[in-house]
Amino acid sequence: MACTCHEKDPLVPKIAKLEFVRRDTPDVTTFRIVSPEGEAPFEFKPGQCAMISVPPLGEAIFSITSSPTEEGYIECSIKKCGAVTDYLHTLEAGDEIGIRGPYGNNFPIEELKNKDLLFIGGGIGLAPLRSVINYVMDRRDEFGKVDIVYGARTPEDLVHPNDIYNVWPAEKNTDVYLTVDREAKNWNGNVGFVPNYVKELGFDTNKVALVCGPPIMIKYVLQGLEEIGFKKEQVYTTLELKMKCGFGKCGRCNIGDKYVCKDGPVFRCDEITELPDEY
Amino acid sequence: MKKISKNNLLLAWQKIDEKFDLFLPKSENGNVKFKNFEESGEVDLTTLKTSIPLKNFVFPQTETFLKFKTKDKKIKFDITSVSEDEYVIFGSRPCDIKSLEILDNIFLREPVDTYYKAHRDRAIIISLACKNPESSCFCGAFEIEPTSVNKATDISLIEAGDFYYWNTISEKGQKITELLKDVLEEVSSEDLVVLNIEKDRIKLELEKLPLNSLDLEKIDGDLQEIFDKEKVWKELSRRCLACGSCTYVCPTCHCYDVKDYAGNNAGERFRCWDSCMFSDFTLMAHGNPRTDQMQRVRQRFMHKLVYYPNNHEGTYSCVGCGRCIEKCPVHIDIVKVIKKLVVNK
Repeated sequence: MACTCHEKDPLVPKIAKLEFVRRDTPDVTTFRIVSPEGEAPFEFKPGQCAMISVPPLGEAIFSITSSPTEEGYIECSIKKCGAVTDYLHTLEAGDEIGIRGPYGNNFPIEELKNKDLLFIGGGIGLAPLRSVINYVMDRRDEFGKVDIVYGARTPEDLVHPNDIYNVWPAEKNTDVYLTVDREAKNWNGNVGFVPNYVKELGFDTNKVALVCGPPIMIKYVLQGLEEIGFKKEQVYTTLELKMKCGFGKCGRCNIGDKYVCKDGPVFRCDEITELPDEY
Repeated sequence: MKKISKNNLLLAWQKIDEKFDLFLPKSENGNVKFKNFEESGEVDLTTLKTSIPLKNFVFPQTETFLKFKTKDKKIKFDITSVSEDEYVIFGSRPCDIKSLEILDNIFLREPVDTYYKAHRDRAIIISLACKNPESSCFCGAFEIEPTSVNKATDISLIEAGDFYYWNTISEKGQKITELLKDVLEEVSSEDLVVLNIEKDRIKLELEKLPLNSLDLEKIDGDLQEIFDKEKVWKELSRRCLACGSCTYVCPTCHCYDVKDYAGNNAGERFRCWDSCMFSDFTLMAHGNPRTDQMQRVRQRFMHKLVYYPNNHEGTYSCVGCGRCIEKCPVHIDIVKVIKKLVVNK
């Protein structure tokens, strides 16, 4: 006899389809994903992740970039950097993928309410932050002043151009500061690395900071925030480690007592200092 | 309590095999493995450790859980199911059975691994007390003993004189005891005396073992301090060849990989044992957080001796079977690691 319980095994993906594919930069594409019936594949909270599969190439985990307030779909912004992501970049609207999730914890939305927020993103690191930013924008009156500092290598590498140039700056009580690493044609904005730009901007420390980007950027941003007077308890960031299962069993994303997939990816910075330095 | 005469063991196995898949420790070319009753090899109830631990039954080395077909960028999934037929493992040792409890803490917590659960639910486990624990055994350090009865045990056996003393523990065990009611014999008060003498003898023998006094208390908890002993870790790990043997023969190592096997437009997704000893275990597109073997060796021991206990009420992810010590080609030894960490504290 054989049982059917395995259809609900957490490793088994569901079929989903791409409703919409938008090329954001030369190597980042945003995929809008829906169930075969055209609904959101699952409910989630800002900061959570989805495991996307493209058999026979395998699976990879991605943060969700849309906000749960946008009902009926989830979006992931994905950078081309391996077999699975290269293949994803060949897909078009209507094509199918496998999906499972949501995985991980989330940014603490309830604790952020009525507070001033400082978002600091680098490159594709804007992806998980955008989920929170859009949540905040959709419930604008529940949150205080919003500052968004975002940078990438070149102007062409800035993801979600419509949001950063048009949508967010037009929101009330919201400022967007953009920077690129090097001088570039058609770029009149700031030039310089994100950590330095944050220090130059000199924010008051009565805020909660949410930081996401490449590990080296996160490291220097956290140092910089501390220098200008932010306490570790005021800063949230996300960690990234290789994952295969997504729910704390396969062992890959184990750092100290934590599993990034289950206890993270969002950590308050005072929690991170308690972890062994292996991320 | 019942007993079974050694002369009747074969008859008992035949009766069990009529109803269930029966696995026994069998010796072939110097290797002892749990093999099907019908398969080749000689039943070996003396050797303490099978070369591959019990985990292979509940968490197979490779297991396909999904088949897929792809056509024109459309996907079809076909989920692989697990048989519900019960199987019987005869003669597993208490340390290996304890390892199932350690694996349960991982695989049966939410979200439940339904494949593991299915293999686990259909297992009926008959334990066999170790008559002569070996000098490499240190199960005592983890509060396991050669005659221990763990939660996962359905029937426990102790060999004494011409008999195996038969203790039915669970409802599943009761089914086997019922099946063998014509083969099992009642126990007399003289038998109990013989049995108790044997138990005391085993206990004394365990106490005499060189590693029995291993003191783990002192490495509990203090994560950062133990992690930071870089000089100690360098010394402990410098010979490591990154072969991964220790993780494969370990009854509690449970890290796995998920891979697709591709044919033309169709294939299978499987999971398989993996090892934190391998350099690509944590390799990502933007680099690897563990760049040298010292860090990988440290991860394995920290996981077993500190991280797992911190997350599971002090239970260590080691049962003291000694397989990793025996199989390591360069003699890296968890007992030495424990002593080093305790002494250096």
